[in-house]
Amino acid sequence: MSLLSTHRLQSWYGDFQALYGIDFELHESEAVAVIGSNGAGKSTFLKSLVGLLKVPSDAVHFDGQPIGGKTPGEIARLGLALVPEGRRLFPSLSVEENLLMGASTGRKGPWNLDRLQKLFPILKERRRNPATALSGGQQQMVALGRALMSNPRVLLCDELSLGLAPVVIHEIYQALPTICDEGITAVIVEQDVSLAQRASQRLYCFQEGRVSLTARSGDVSREQISHAYFGS
Amino acid sequence: MFALIDTLIQGLLLGGLYALFALGLALMFGVMRLTNVAHGDFIVLGAFGTFALAATGVNPFLAGVVTLPVAFAVGYALQRFPLNRTLGKDPLPSLVVTFGLSIVIQNVLMEVFTADPRSIESLGLNTQSLPVIDDLNVGLMPLVILIVAAACTVLMQWLFSATALGRSFRAVSDDPEVAQLMGLKSVHLYAMATGIAFVLVSLAGTLQGMRSTVSPADGPALLLFAFESVIIGGLGSFWGTFAGAMLLGVTQQIGFRLDPGWGIWGGHLMFLAVLVVRPQGLFPKTR
Amino acid sequence: MHPTSNSHRAHISVQRATRASQVGLWVAVALVVLAGSLPVWGAADARSAWMREFVEIACYFVFAAMWNLLAGYGGMVSIGQQAFFGIGGYTMLMLGNFAGFNPFVAVPVAAAAAALVAWPVSKIAFRLQGGYFAIGTWVIAEVFRLGFANMSLVGGGSGTSLTALRGIEKATRENVTFWMALAAVVASVGLVYWFLRSRQGLALMAIRDNEVSSESQGIDVKTTKLWVYIVAACGAGLAGALYFVGNLRISPDAAFSVNWSAFAIFMVVIGGIGTIEGPILGALIFWALNKYFSDYGSYYLIGLGLLAIGVTVFFKRGLWGWLQAKYDLRFFPVQRRWVMDGLCVNAGESNE
Repeated sequence: MSLLSTHRLQSWYGDFQALYGIDFELHESEAVAVIGSNGAGKSTFLKSLVGLLKVPSDAVHFDGQPIGGKTPGEIARLGLALVPEGRRLFPSLSVEENLLMGASTGRKGPWNLDRLQKLFPILKERRRNPATALSGGQQQMVALGRALMSNPRVLLCDELSLGLAPVVIHEIYQALPTICDEGITAVIVEQDVSLAQRASQRLYCFQEGRVSLTARSGDVSREQISHAYFGS
Repeated sequence: MFALIDTLIQGLLLGGLYALFALGLALMFGVMRLTNVAHGDFIVLGAFGTFALAATGVNPFLAGVVTLPVAFAVGYALQRFPLNRTLGKDPLPSLVVTFGLSIVIQNVLMEVFTADPRSIESLGLNTQSLPVIDDLNVGLMPLVILIVAAACTVLMQWLFSATALGRSFRAVSDDPEVAQLMGLKSVHLYAMATGIAFVLVSLAGTLQGMRSTVSPADGPALLLFAFESVIIGGLGSFWGTFAGAMLLGVTQQIGFRLDPGWGIWGGHLMFLAVLVVRPQGLFPKTR
Repeated sequence: MHPTSNSHRAHISVQRATRASQVGLWVAVALVVLAGSLPVWGAADARSAWMREFVEIACYFVFAAMWNLLAGYGGMVSIGQQAFFGIGGYTMLMLGNFAGFNPFVAVPVAAAAAALVAWPVSKIAFRLQGGYFAIGTWVIAEVFRLGFANMSLVGGGSGTSLTALRGIEKATRENVTFWMALAAVVASVGLVYWFLRSRQGLALMAIRDNEVSSESQGIDVKTTKLWVYIVAACGAGLAGALYFVGNLRISPDAAFSVNWSAFAIFMVVIGGIGTIEGPILGALIFWALNKYFSDYGSYYLIGLGLLAIGVTVFFKRGLWGWLQAKYDLRFFPVQRRWVMDGLCVNAGESNE
C-alpha cells in the first residue's frame, strides 16, 4: 500500500485551474522526483498535498486516510513536512529559532538540534545570526533542517537547488540519502532534471498541470524526458 | 533653568503613561497587523471597570489587579470571535468593526456612568511627591507609573525574545502561511496576543484613573497618543515605543508650558515632523 | 480562449449598459427634475424644513461618496477626511466674512482650497499604510481642528457665525442653498461615475485589485492615488462649505469632528463599498434611521455601531453589494462585460 497517494487531484487558484487530475503514488522509504518546466504545476502539487490549497477530502490519501481539506497544521502533525520554494525562513528569528519553530508539531523522532548541527555544521556555527543574513545555500540548509525538526514521515522539497551555486547544491543533495536512510520518504520537486534523476528512484514529469510521464529514474532516456517535459 | 528641568521631568513622567497606552497597540499591530481604533476606549473601559469595582468597597489596587485577568479573557474572546474574521489584506473590516466598538463602548459607558469625569481612589498615592532638588518635586503616582511602564517594556521585550510564545508571535507575524505549516495555530496565537495587549490596556486605564480622571469620551485622544508613540519610536521594537512615548510626553509638556492650547497640538506637529523627516521612526527594528 | 478551428473566430464586443442602468438613468433624471422644482410647489413651512433636511443629508452623502471613492475605489481607508470638510467650511466663512465674497460663490472656491491643501497633506499621509494611514489622517485632522481652535480670528474654540449672509432674504437663501446642495449631489455622483468610466478609473480598479501587477503594466500608481486623494478632498471641502452655508454657524468641533468620517463609513459600509449605488442607499438608510431613532440618543448610536459591525462581519459587500450579487443589478454601469457570441463574461470588477 502506498504511503502517500493522490487520485485525480485537481487544484484551482480562484478561477484558474492549475492541476487537471494528478494520479500520484509514494511508497515508504523511496525518493520520488517531480520534474517539469515553470508553471507546470509542481509547486501547486506540493501545496495541495500539504493543505495550503483546498482540495476535496478523498483527493489525497496519507497512510490510508483521506487528508484533503485538512488544515496545514493538522497535516504537519500527521507527518508531512514541506521545505517551501524560496526557503521562506522567518526573518525576525535567528537560525536556531527557525529550527526550533520546526519542532512545533511536537512529533517525536531521531531529528533534533544536535543531529541537524552534525549534518550541517553551519547551523551550529551561525545559530544566533538572523536567518536571512546567511547565504542562499546556508538558508536552504536551515529550511531543510526546519522541516526535519518536525520528524516527518514524508519530506516534500520544493526546488532545493533554486538560485544556488553548483557546489552548494551538491552539498545539500549529499545529505539527502542520509536523511532518507533514517526512514524518511521524500518527494523532490526539481527543475534540474539530471539532479532529480540521480536523487530519486522514480520520477513524475508534469506538463501544464498533468502527469506527462512516470518512470524509474534510471530507465528513462533524455529524449523521453524532453518529450514529456515540453510536450508536443 | 529650573522651569526647563521641571518641564522635562513632567514630560518624562507623562511619557511613562503614554508608553503604557502604547505597548498594547504595538503588540497587536506587530503580531497581526491589526489596527484597533477602539484601543483608547478599551483603556477607558478598563478604568471604569476598576472604578466600578472599587466603588463597591473593594481596595482600589486590588480592584485594579482583579480587572487584569478579566481583561485578558475579554481580549482573547474578542479576537477569537469577531476580530479574527476581519484579518486579511484589506484594512477596512478591522477598522470598521473596531470603530463600531469604539462608538458602542463610549455610549454604553455614557449611559451607565454619565459623562462626568471619574477618578479612582489611590489611597493618597496621587497626592504624595518626592522631593528631588530644592523646590523640585516629583509626584509619586506619575513616578510609579513610569516605573511600571518601564517594567512592562522589559517584560514585553523578554517575552518576545526569550520565550517560545514570543518566538511564535514573531514567526506568525513574519509569515502566517509558513507558520501554519509548522503547526502553529494562528487563531490561538492572535487571541493570546490580544489578551496580553488587553492586560496592558487595563493596567494603563487603572493607573490613568488613579493619576487623574477618566470620562467616557476620552478614548480617541488616548488612541492618538498611543499611536503617535508607536510611530515616533519606530515599528518592531518595544523600547522604541517607550522612547517615542517619552519624546511625545516631553514635547507636549513643553507645548503646555508655552500656551495651554499648544500642548497636544505640539505633540501632533512633532509626530508629523517625524513622519516627514524619518518615516520609519527613530528606533526601528529592521524587518 | 482559443479558437476552436480556423473557420470560427469568436466575436467579442465590450458591453457597458444594462437594461437596469438604462431604466435607472431615466428614473434618476426624473427625480432630479422633480426635486429641483421643489421650491416652486409645496406648502411654505414643510418646504422649508424639507429643504433644510435635504441640504443636511446631501452634505452627508457627498462626504460619504467621496470617502467611498477614496476607500472603496482608491483603496485608501481614511478616518481624517473631516480635515478637508472643515477646511472647506472655514475657508468659505473666512472668504465670506473677511474678504467680502458672496458665500455661495465662496463654496466652490473653498472646495478648490481644500483640494490645494490636500496636495502637501498627502505627502505626509502617504508615508503610512493601511490601518496606520487611517489613524494618521485622523491626527492630521486633529492638527487642523486644534489649529483653528487656537485662531481667535474665527472665534477660537467656540467658533463664529457666518455674517456674510445676513443681508440676503431668508427664502432666497434657503432656495439657493437647496439648489446648490442638489447640484452638489448630482455633481458628485456624476464625477465618480465619469471618473470610473475613464482610463484613470480603470487604472484605479486595477490598482485596487493588485497594485504590483498594475505597476508592472505601466500604471503610475502613485500619481493615480494622489489624484484620487485630491478629488476626494475637493468633494469633502465642497460638502463642508455647503454644510456651513446651511448651518450659518461654525466651530472647530463641529467642522472637524471625527463623526463625519464615522457616519460616512457607516453609510458606505451598510450601503455597499466600492459601488456608486452603495452610498446612495446607505445615505437613505442613515437618513431614515436618523429621523426616527436619533431621539434615543446613546442607544441610537450604540445601535448604529452594532449595525456597522454586524454588516461588516456578515455582509462584507454591504446591502447593495448583496443585492447586486443576488439580482445582478447595476444602475451605474462601470463594469465592462465581454459579450462573446451571446455569452456574457464580467470583467473590470473585483470579484471577492
